[in-house]
Amino acid sequence: MSAPTATPVSFSGRAGRALGDERMRAAIARGTGLMLQRRHEAIAALANADELRDAAAAIRAEALRRLPELLEQWSDNLTARGGQVHWAGDADEATAIIAGIVNRRGGRVIAKGKSMISEEIHLNAVLEHAGAEVIETDLGEFIQQLAGEPPSHIVAPAMHKDRFEVADLLSADRGAPVSPEIDAEAAYARRRLRQAFLDAGVGITGVNFAVAATGSVCLVENEGNGRMCSSLPPTHIALMGLERIVADFADLDVMLNLLARSATGQAITVYTNVITGPRRPGEIDGPEELHVVVLDGGRSAALGTEFSPALHCIRCGACLNVCPVYRQVGGHAYDSVYSGPIGAVLTPLLKPDDPAARDLPEASSLCGACTEICPVRIPLHDLLLQLRHRDARGDASALRRAGFWLWSQAWSRRWTFGAMVLGARLALPLLRRLRWLPDIGWLGAWRRGRELP
Amino acid sequence: MAVRFFASCLVELLRPDVAAAAQRVLRRAGHDPRPVAGATCCGQPAYNAGYGAEARRVARRTLRALGDDDRPCVVASGSCATMIAHHWPELFEGTREETAARRAAGRTVELTAFMTTGGSDAAPGGGTGHDDHAGGPDGSRAGGRAAVIVHDSCHALRELGAGATVRRALADAGHPTRSAEGAERCCGFGGSFSVKLPAVSVAMADEKLDSFVATGCEQVTSCDLSCLLHLQGRARRRGLGLRFDHVATLLDRET
Repeated sequence: MSAPTATPVSFSGRAGRALGDERMRAAIARGTGLMLQRRHEAIAALANADELRDAAAAIRAEALRRLPELLEQWSDNLTARGGQVHWAGDADEATAIIAGIVNRRGGRVIAKGKSMISEEIHLNAVLEHAGAEVIETDLGEFIQQLAGEPPSHIVAPAMHKDRFEVADLLSADRGAPVSPEIDAEAAYARRRLRQAFLDAGVGITGVNFAVAATGSVCLVENEGNGRMCSSLPPTHIALMGLERIVADFADLDVMLNLLARSATGQAITVYTNVITGPRRPGEIDGPEELHVVVLDGGRSAALGTEFSPALHCIRCGACLNVCPVYRQVGGHAYDSVYSGPIGAVLTPLLKPDDPAARDLPEASSLCGACTEICPVRIPLHDLLLQLRHRDARGDASALRRAGFWLWSQAWSRRWTFGAMVLGARLALPLLRRLRWLPDIGWLGAWRRGRELP
Repeated sequence: MAVRFFASCLVELLRPDVAAAAQRVLRRAGHDPRPVAGATCCGQPAYNAGYGAEARRVARRTLRALGDDDRPCVVASGSCATMIAHHWPELFEGTREETAARRAAGRTVELTAFMTTGGSDAAPGGGTGHDDHAGGPDGSRAGGRAAVIVHDSCHALRELGAGATVRRALADAGHPTRSAEGAERCCGFGGSFSVKLPAVSVAMADEKLDSFVATGCEQVTSCDLSCLLHLQGRARRRGLGLRFDHVATLLDRET
């Protein structure tokens, strides 16, 4: 490993760094390839996959259209069952609410399940700063926590690491060697994390869907850690984006039919938790208090715009797995909680003031594989293109703008175009023969790795 | 049947022989191709970079040149055909040319799609089309002809459903075809993507080229010259012995 350097500010710079990491790229190609193959098999095995995807797209669109009404219904129902709902406009509000609950409940040790919202609001840093010990209990997130890195994939946070790197991290944590066999690694993590569940005063998890009709939150997972975090500690805090609502269990059924199949190729996840309030009298387990923190975080600003469909996303990660750019550079090159095509769309929407985020829509060849695979039919590559149109005039360099203007003047007249055709035919044979060419602009970029046409 | 023929700016700039080949192929199939006089470009480079007004300015020139009749407009490029057939209506929405753009969109068709439907249907549907036509029992040659690797351009594959028609047109001309592993994956050209993120673009090309080499075939073809020039440029830099020709060139050579 080379010495750590500052993260480059452009996607191009970060991608360049990622391309040099052969080991990471091999792990990503393997991981995404496997998930993709399983997804294809699972979807092919469904007799009505197309109808299901149409239904899912319609359900998501309708839920967003009725969002205020559904959220209110859900909140009323959950409150009636003893749950407590908190509304957070932004990351600061969300972390303040959560820190307040943790403080009041005296949860020095926090067992945490997988939650992208917690990454979005940088929750661990805030809680640790306040003196709590936060332990990630999803195996992939635990590995990432040991590595001191954010997740690189929405579904498989440590996909970019091979089992030898994982063994090194676990060995360092244990202070003794852990064998680089998957079983041995899982066994160590299981023992290590069991203590965290027992010690934890607070459990924090994400939410896959909230069901308005019953006031439930649904959490799907494969390791059982989500169930532990939500049932063992005396306080459970669940974090959700405000768009994650469905009207009723019939709608939830459609979404669950597609989520695991699209993500990992499973018909259904190993654990499907439906949580409707804290422990009631007479029940033998479950937390004393259930809090759900609902984050806006820039989402409502995108609602009702042409970018609304991005909020249909159910975080299956299929667009990452199929994306040829993600395949080459992995998730960290996006320098965002959300990577891949959905990350390139969501990040500039959720962080409109971050100029670096506006760079991400360029991280696509617009091949359309993401749109083709999305289970809820988000037109991802169209949205990437629309973002380019939205930002091209304001952001791009004056040189680029002037270049396209000049180009359009020349190519909208037959005689100037004809002159350029003639020029190209005369110049190219000459350029091809030249041993040295200035390494500038598009010509230089093309020749970095390719011969001239 | 008289048809309009639009070669694309790239063909005109860099491979005019492809335009000539495509017209010969059309003529031999009994059509009467009339090159669109005065056309330049469909506007895609600016459109995909986010510059709508610039794209419209260039596309307007080509739209006017296409004329407003009901003859099919045959395009020697899957991505330009997609631009005209799928994106022009949106590009010209709310302008005086909107109706003309919609009509142009309706009659524009990619070369092999036109060839394999006999010009009877300007918008052939579906078929991701990796049903290759294997030819001889050894799988590599039929009638003495070496098998051809078909590279699916993303536009042709996903937006036009032309993956099948390139293969069918080649099979009709007696070419056994092959698909490489990961045939649906983008080659990394992507227009300005190839020069905005050259390192990623080249990494994508490398994987594509490796999959071509693994087939044991040497001839690569596609209905999009742009992908081919990008792949060829990389293959030459790496010293690979692959040959790249537009599908029109192969159809012309072997008929």
